[in-house]
Amino acid sequence: MAEKETRKNLVLSGLEPLIITPESLFINVGERTNVTGSRKFLRLIKEEKYEEALSIAKEQVEGGAQIIDINMDEGMLDGVYAMTKFLNLIAAEPDISRVPIMIDSSKWEIIEAGLKVVQGKSVVNSISLKEGEEAFVHHARLIKRYGAAVIVMAFDEVGQADNYERRVEICQRSYDILVNKVGFPAQDIIFDLNIFPVATGMEEHRLNALDFFRGTKWVRENLPHAHISGGVSNVSFSFRGNDTVREAMHSVFLYHAIKNGMTMGIVNPEMLTIYDEIPKDLLEHVEDVILNRRDDATERLLDFAENVKGDVKGNEKAIQEWRSGTVQERITHSLVKGVDQYIEEDVEEARLAAAKPIEVIEINLMTGMNVVGDLFGSGKMFLPQVVKSARVMKKAVAYLLPFIEASKQAGDKQGNGKILMATVKGDVHDIGKNIVSVVLACNNYEIVDLGVMVAPEKIIAAAIEHNVDIIGLSGLITPSLDEMVYLAKELDKRDIKIPIMIGGATTSRAHTAVKIAPQYRQTVIHVNDASRAVTVAGSLLNSDKKIYMASIREEYDAFRETFLNRSRDKNFLTIEQARKNKLQLDWENYTPKKPNFIGVKAIEVDVDVLVPYIDWTPFFRTWELHGKYPAILTDEVVGEQATAVFADAQAMLAVILKEKKLDAKGIYGIFPANQVNDDDIELSDENGKVLDKFLTLRQQSQKTKGAPNIALSDFIAPKDSGKTDYMGAFCVATGFGVDEWAEEFVKDLDDYNAIMVKALADRLAEAFAEYLHEKVRKEIWGYSADESLSTEDMIAETYKGIRPAPGYPACPDHLEKPTIWKLLNVEEEIGVVLTESMAMWPASAVSGYYFGNPESKYFGLGKIKEDQVVDYAKRRSISTEKAMKWLNPNIAD
Amino acid sequence: MSSIQEAIKNNILILDGAMGTMLQRYNFSEEDFRGQRFKDFPHSLKGNNDLLSLTQPQAIKAVHAAYFEAGADIVETNTFSGTTIGMADYHLEDIVYELNYESAKIAREVADEFTGKNPEKPRFVAGSVGPTNRTASMSPDVNDPGYRAVTFDDLRIAYKQQVEALMDGGCDLLLVETIFDTLNAKAALFAIEEVKDERNIDIPIMVSGTITDASGRTLSGQTVEAFLVSVSHIPLLSVGFNCALGADLLKPYLQTLSHNTSFNVSAHPNAGLPNAFGEYDETPEEMQAQIKTYLDDNLVNIIGGCCGTTPEHIKLIADIAKDYKPRVSTAVM
Repeated sequence: MAEKETRKNLVLSGLEPLIITPESLFINVGERTNVTGSRKFLRLIKEEKYEEALSIAKEQVEGGAQIIDINMDEGMLDGVYAMTKFLNLIAAEPDISRVPIMIDSSKWEIIEAGLKVVQGKSVVNSISLKEGEEAFVHHARLIKRYGAAVIVMAFDEVGQADNYERRVEICQRSYDILVNKVGFPAQDIIFDLNIFPVATGMEEHRLNALDFFRGTKWVRENLPHAHISGGVSNVSFSFRGNDTVREAMHSVFLYHAIKNGMTMGIVNPEMLTIYDEIPKDLLEHVEDVILNRRDDATERLLDFAENVKGDVKGNEKAIQEWRSGTVQERITHSLVKGVDQYIEEDVEEARLAAAKPIEVIEINLMTGMNVVGDLFGSGKMFLPQVVKSARVMKKAVAYLLPFIEASKQAGDKQGNGKILMATVKGDVHDIGKNIVSVVLACNNYEIVDLGVMVAPEKIIAAAIEHNVDIIGLSGLITPSLDEMVYLAKELDKRDIKIPIMIGGATTSRAHTAVKIAPQYRQTVIHVNDASRAVTVAGSLLNSDKKIYMASIREEYDAFRETFLNRSRDKNFLTIEQARKNKLQLDWENYTPKKPNFIGVKAIEVDVDVLVPYIDWTPFFRTWELHGKYPAILTDEVVGEQATAVFADAQAMLAVILKEKKLDAKGIYGIFPANQVNDDDIELSDENGKVLDKFLTLRQQSQKTKGAPNIALSDFIAPKDSGKTDYMGAFCVATGFGVDEWAEEFVKDLDDYNAIMVKALADRLAEAFAEYLHEKVRKEIWGYSADESLSTEDMIAETYKGIRPAPGYPACPDHLEKPTIWKLLNVEEEIGVVLTESMAMWPASAVSGYYFGNPESKYFGLGKIKEDQVVDYAKRRSISTEKAMKWLNPNIAD
Repeated sequence: MSSIQEAIKNNILILDGAMGTMLQRYNFSEEDFRGQRFKDFPHSLKGNNDLLSLTQPQAIKAVHAAYFEAGADIVETNTFSGTTIGMADYHLEDIVYELNYESAKIAREVADEFTGKNPEKPRFVAGSVGPTNRTASMSPDVNDPGYRAVTFDDLRIAYKQQVEALMDGGCDLLLVETIFDTLNAKAALFAIEEVKDERNIDIPIMVSGTITDASGRTLSGQTVEAFLVSVSHIPLLSVGFNCALGADLLKPYLQTLSHNTSFNVSAHPNAGLPNAFGEYDETPEEMQAQIKTYLDDNLVNIIGGCCGTTPEHIKLIADIAKDYKPRVSTAVM
């Protein structure tokens, strides 16, 4: 009897059986229900649109998928929840659940969650020796007990098998352990031999497909009953965007893989042509690459791919055409097309025209690389092409280096800074990291490249040893996200103060903001493409870095708050529970600073005092110009516009100062205060007579473990602590006369200046608030008497204490304003009135509270529930309806 | 004592018939169910047949004896609903261990008595592990198909407790039966494997599914083959079907199963389908005739009865089965 016939069948089941016999044709596994592979599916799962997500699963089964792969590995998803939920829903759809499920995750807990909800015999995708034999055996035993088959990745403690010998070595070892030690049925073992991209432009990737075929053949001949699977689309990764070539590559790959014994694979049937229908010339080029038949196979396929994509121009004519452009156009063309033939002569031309040789890199070459970055980012360039671009870039830089060296003064040899680059532990992907490294190196950064699979301890040690300025972390697979979070935590623990740049395919701004940033007190920034890395690195290291860092922090904090509020909508505490989980500061060991002044006092200042306190960034936002001051003035896109507006503003400011067009009037009060009934703050005068109460609102959404549900009142010592605490309130305005002045401009049909005057008055009012706050901290209250901060620091809010304003995220309740007005007698003292809707008039005014506790911080209240609204209405002595109306935007549905 | 693995090689083994049908003949009242011990229990206990192992043990003993007398090789313990999940309806979660332990002990005593009388025909006790009244892969709420009233872990924990008690009480094997949701059964099998692992012992397992109707599928939607594939990851003494159908309607599914598995095959069908009054009126002779066709076709290794069957049914089945050789597997899967 032939060996083939004694092979045991691999049997799986959904509601119906799937029996894979030696005679079975290739089993295709549906791949669209995978959040890492399908943006659409990811979006649907994130938005909990399970109905639509199910329809994707259904389409796949109808389209002929014999198994469906389900993967919920995404950093922002609760994978266990999503896997359980989706599989439970699938179980209710006989049209889908008739086929077996492939439970796909790199996290064991997600796999196990999946195994607990499928009644059929499914396939686990995957386990490996990556984390050692013990974990491997443990997981295999459980999988056997749950009754599933298993995909074993050719991966061990050392890394992923990337050649024939390693595949053989790891598969043999995995097989022996599974069959002999675990007693796993041999026919239930499916090896994933790692399908890697070919035609990447990198020498070491040439044999990727061939080694896979050889490995497949070896497994089938030497490991009885075992099967072979793999994710086919990987092979053509470098041709992202060119479906014709990709489809042909998939078909060719499968054709040879099946011949060598591959039994199943994750394939998108829509991305597959019929082998025999591939045009002969394309087939030849693709097979040259897959089978590594020629040294120039990749180049030839790349050129050919261009033809497949679009029209073919006469070569000579095309060259003439692009050679007749400007020097910048030519350099950009060379970089985008990866042509190194003319780069030196073009760079030389640019160098002669430039003031300094370095400018050729900073301006000409970077302009070109930005185009490359954009094209790659939008999927219009393939990886090998980018690698070629980088090669041209390197050549250009090498040419320029001697000139740059020569032009440098003695002693002026330092580069822009030192950047550590590493692909995190457990991840072997380094193409993206290498590109970023090249680009940064070209920009005169010194790169300390630690390679791939770098353990956190090693990254930390190297960062310290080399005294780097930035740590760049990269990762392509989902577990890398957790690794980055862990690393950030470790860096923080060791009080390291180096900014981190995060990049790589699975990383995102959202994940960085929500998961990584909270673990690290320093700056963490997500950089979505290589070309932007230069700008970001520049901003992190230049003299304005504090503002930049603060703005990133602010942006990420805001993003996180919104994100958490949105995603946790469903989980709220009752107001009682929230109060139990209030922020508990250590009052025992804290003695509030008795203010130098207690009482209420008006203040009037000259406007020129306020000018240094102006934060210009929001001013530009008024004009729809986005960017940070002063960088915005030289911004590529809006710089010119910003500079013009800024000049006009300066001119008008000069008029304001000279003609004393605006008055700056303010009033403040400092009072003894205590937290009462958890959420209220009782204010009294110096003799202890109760004056009034501030009512604060408390966060009610479910927090992550250990995080408190904060209300502003938590920053004030509770009455039962026995300590007298203090707080303040203020109102400042610069808008007197602004409306009239603006009206004059409008009459002259000069809307521009009408807006300008208001925008400036607004900035001055904010500057006044900043000025007064500083005065309060240093003199009037005096809890921070020795404070010495630059304007930048002030804008970055690095001082102690906060000045939140009613109507803003920490205290959205506008009804607090009348209390402030009453306490400070605002209207009579300085003439700022409250409208019916609690807006201040004149509009260029700011009012708020002062909290002096060093632990106090800005936060967002988020959504609250009705029980708090009812409670609040009672405290405020208003009807629930009225309270509902005022707090409406913050009430959860 | 020779093991059941030995016995099953030589003979078609006879499983007992219905416990519930026999207990109905006693017409127990609420007071009888309560006995002395649960006299003042605040909830109604009538209908909790498993409880009778504690409150009317002599009746349970008598039923076991009647089946052994009729020729059964294996009796099932009176523990069909003996999990915390099943007992929750009676507020009796606390006595689950005792209930299983005592039920096993009762059956053990009777079995040993019969084996003692005739050592040539050893008798076995199968711990009955029922499906519970909840399903892990279906939602009880049509408007919320993703909802589950019970999880795998709930079941696994409950089953583990039951299995430990049954083994402590002296069962020779375990019978995971009346499986209408394969995921429930997988949780039971998982629990059994855990116990086996922890105690470092082996115990034979019978698995018996239920094909609910002419669709030929389990209630949770699996075909015969899919069901078989889904429970074959554990080495089983036997796999088979019981309940829901009479022997005649069950036969085609049994054929499919027998054709595809290399495990022994069991069947314990109902005494036909219930009549308009919910009673099973297929006579022992009628059932015997249908079982004879199983034997002629060499379909089974273990045969018995489920709802509506009595010692009279089992006697006629045993009488005819002794003339046949046990099934030999020719499985293709």
